[in-house]
Amino acid sequence: MSQTSLWTRLVPIAVFLVIAGFFAYGLSRDPSKIPTEMIDRPLPDFELPGLRDDEGVISDEVLRGQTSLVNVFGSWCVACLQEHPTLMRLAASTDVKIVGVNWRDDRQDALTWLQRHGDPYERIIFDADSELAIELGVTGAPETFVVDPNGRIRFKQVGPITEKVFKDTITPILKAIEAESNE
Amino acid sequence: MLAEIGQIALMIALLLGLVQAWMGLHGAHIADRRAMIVADRAAIAQALLCVLAFGLLASAFVMSDFSVKLVATNSHTTKPMIYKFSGTWANHEGSLMLWVMIMALFGAAMVWFGKTLPAALRARAIGVQGLVGAGFVAFMVFTSNPFERLSPIPNNGLGLNPLLQDPGLAIHPPFLYLGYVGFSVAFSFAVAALIEGRVDAMWARWVRPWVLLAWSFLTIGITLGSVWAYYELGWGGWWFWDPVENVSFMPWLAGTALLHSTLVAQSRGSFMRWTLLLAITTFSLSLVGTFIVRSGVLTSVHAFAVDPERGKFILMLLAASTGGALLLYALRSGRISHGAPFRMASREAGLVLNNIMLVVATATVFLGTAYPLIIDALTGDKITVGPPYFEYTFAPIMSLLIVFMAVAPLVKWRTDTFSRIGRTLLILAGLAIAAVLATMLLGKTFLGAIGIGLAVWLIGGTLVSYGRKLRIGEAKSAIGNLPKRFAILPGATHGFALAHLGLAVTTIGIVSMGVWSDENVDRIKLGESVSVAGYEFILKDVTSRQGDNYSAETGKIVIENNGRIVGQLNPEQRTYPVERNNTTEGAMEISLLRILYAAKGEGTPEDGWIVRVYYHPMVSWIWIGAFMMAFGGFFSLADRRFGFVTKPKVTRVPAGIPAE
Repeated sequence: MSQTSLWTRLVPIAVFLVIAGFFAYGLSRDPSKIPTEMIDRPLPDFELPGLRDDEGVISDEVLRGQTSLVNVFGSWCVACLQEHPTLMRLAASTDVKIVGVNWRDDRQDALTWLQRHGDPYERIIFDADSELAIELGVTGAPETFVVDPNGRIRFKQVGPITEKVFKDTITPILKAIEAESNE
Repeated sequence: MLAEIGQIALMIALLLGLVQAWMGLHGAHIADRRAMIVADRAAIAQALLCVLAFGLLASAFVMSDFSVKLVATNSHTTKPMIYKFSGTWANHEGSLMLWVMIMALFGAAMVWFGKTLPAALRARAIGVQGLVGAGFVAFMVFTSNPFERLSPIPNNGLGLNPLLQDPGLAIHPPFLYLGYVGFSVAFSFAVAALIEGRVDAMWARWVRPWVLLAWSFLTIGITLGSVWAYYELGWGGWWFWDPVENVSFMPWLAGTALLHSTLVAQSRGSFMRWTLLLAITTFSLSLVGTFIVRSGVLTSVHAFAVDPERGKFILMLLAASTGGALLLYALRSGRISHGAPFRMASREAGLVLNNIMLVVATATVFLGTAYPLIIDALTGDKITVGPPYFEYTFAPIMSLLIVFMAVAPLVKWRTDTFSRIGRTLLILAGLAIAAVLATMLLGKTFLGAIGIGLAVWLIGGTLVSYGRKLRIGEAKSAIGNLPKRFAILPGATHGFALAHLGLAVTTIGIVSMGVWSDENVDRIKLGESVSVAGYEFILKDVTSRQGDNYSAETGKIVIENNGRIVGQLNPEQRTYPVERNNTTEGAMEISLLRILYAAKGEGTPEDGWIVRVYYHPMVSWIWIGAFMMAFGGFFSLADRRFGFVTKPKVTRVPAGIPAE
C-alpha cells in the first residue's frame, strides 16, 4: 500500500482531462444558437395553465398572428431580476408582445415576485415541470425567444436582455420579420 | 491619464509575475539565495502595482470618469457613493481586477508570513503563485482591459440596475474572492511540495492557516449571497441550486475536506498525498467556477457578458494550472509516503469518512451542475437539473456526514476502541432519539424529526468533546479555574466547537424551514385578518403617501399571537407613474425564532385588499450557523501553534505526541 502505481496516480489527471474536454465542447458550441432542427420550425404545440388566477389554459395559439418575445423567467433567478427593468420598459413604451414562461417556479412565489417588481407580460405560461421548457431546449433562465407571427422561432437570446441586446440584436430581427410580413 | 497609469501598472505587474515565477522556481532549483530574494521582492512589487491599478479603477468609478468605457457602461452620477465604489467589481473586467489584486496580495502575504519556512519550498510556492497570478493578469490585459477609453465621452453612464444596488450584493463578491483566491496559496504550496517530492507535517501546518482563512471568507461570501437571495428573490428561498451558487459551493465543500485532511496531515503526518490532491482540487474548483460564470457554458444567474474568447482563455488557464499540477502529481507523488498507519477506531478513520462524504458531496453537486453540458455533448439533448436532484442526493450524504461528525472528535488519534466511547455514544444516541420522538410528536413530521435528531446528536457530540478538552467533570478540575482552562485551550479547539455547533444550528434552520414554513393569502377588508401558523395579521388601516417618483398605498397590519400583539408591519404598494409600473414593498417582523412577512396587493376599501403572509421558522439560524462556522475558522486561525501570534517553538511534530 505504501507504493501506488503510476496508473493510479494518473487517475486524477485523467478525470480532469475528461472534464476539461466537456468544457471545451461547451465552449465550441454557442449556447445562444438554437438547435438547427428548431430554426424556422413552428413552436411545438403546447397546452399549459396560465400563471395568473384568471388566465385559464394557454396554447400555442397565443403566439400566432403577432411577433412575440417569449421570455423564460423564474422568481428564483437573479439575472431575470437584472433584465426585468428592460422588459418593463419594453412593455410600457413599445408594442412588442411579451409572453412569459414561468419556469420551475412556485405559483405563489412567481405572483409575489411580479407584484413586487412589476408585470410586463401579456400572458404568462406556467411551466413548473419544464414541459414547454424542454421542448424549447431551455438551458437556464432567463432565455428569450423571438417568435414570428407564424409561430416560428427566429432567434434565441441566452441570458438577460439588456437595452443593448434589444437595440443591436433583437430590433433588427423584429424589423426583418416586419418586412417579410409586408411583402 | 490615470487610466493609462492603471493599464501600465497592470502590464508591469504581468512582467513582475513572470519574474516572480522564474526567480522563485529556478532560484530554488539552483539554490540561488539572491534569485529567491528577487522573487520575494517581485511578489511585493506586483501586489503594490495591483493595488494601485485597483485604486485607480475604483477612483474612476467614484469620480464618475465616463471617459473610461467600463465606468460609462456600469455607473451613473446619481448613484449613491457606496454603489459607485462597489460598481467597480459589479462587472466582468472590474471583478477580474479585484481577483487579480487579491491574488497578488496573497502572494505578498506568503512572502511576509513565510519567514520561518524552508527557503526552497517557500521560493517555489511564491513562484507558482506568481505564475498563476501572471496568467490572470494576462487574461485582463489581453482580453478584458478595464481601463479602455471611450470616445466621445458620454454625459452620463448607463447606470447599474437599481435592483442590484444592495448592500448585501455590494460586499459579497470581495468575500467570495478572498475565499476563491485564498485557496490559491494551498495550491501553490501543493505544487511546490510536488516539485520537491517531499511533504511533511510542517508543510501541512503551514498550509492550514491559509486554508482556514480562505474557507472562512468563502463561508461568509456564500452566506451573504444566500441572505440576499432570501430577501430579494422569491420569498422563502434561501438557496436555489443555481449554477452560480453551486460553483461557489463546490470549492467550499472541497475546501472543508481540505481543512480536515490538513488537520490529520499536521498532527499525524498521514494523508499527505490526499491532502496535496485536495489542495489542487479546491483551487481548481474555484477556477472552474470562474470559467463557468464567465464563459457562458452554462446559463447562469449572474452571467457576465458572455464571450467565448474569454472562455477559451480561462479554460487554457485551468488546463495549464490544474493539468500541470495533476501531471506533476502523477509523476512525483509516488515518492511521498503515506504516513503513520491507523486503526478503524481512530480519529484518522473518522476524518477519512469525513473526507469521503465531502468529496462525494462535491462530486454530486458537480455532476448536477455540469450534467446538462455532459448530456448535450453526448446526445445533443438539452436538459436541466432541478433542485429535487440536489435535495435527494445531497441531504442523505450530509446526514451521514453529521452522524460521523459527532463521533470523530471523541475518538483518539491513531488507535482507540469503540468500547471506550461506547457509553458516551449511547447517551448521545438516547438524546437524539428523544429529540426525534419529541419532534415527531409535536411537529408531526418524520423527515423533520430525523433532521432535528441529527442536529441534537451533533450538538451533543461536540459539547462532550469540547467539555473533555476543558476537563469538565474530571476529578482534579475545580469550577473556579475553568476560565483559566478555557484560556489555555488552543484556538483550534474553540474554533472546532464553534464551527461544528454552527453546522448544527444551520441544520436546525434548514430543517425548520423545510418542514414548518407556511404561507397564506386572502382578500381582506379593514379590521379583518388573515392568519398563518397561529399568527393573526389584522389589517388596521390603509393610507396614501407620496414618494420621490412614486405614490404609495401603505397598509398598517398588526400581528397578534394568542391575543398578544407581537408586531406591526407597514407593507406598501407603490405606483411609478412614469414607468407605469407597480411594485410591492413587503415588510418583515424578524425575531430569532421566526421571520413574519406580509405583502399587500391591490384593492379597494369595498372589496378589500389582497394580503399575503408568510411564516418562516428559524430561517435566520441558517445564516447564524454559517457565520458561526466562519468565525470558528477565524478562531482556529488564532491558534498559537500556527506561529501567527507567536513563533512556533517546535518545527516538527515528533510522532506519537498527540497534537491536541
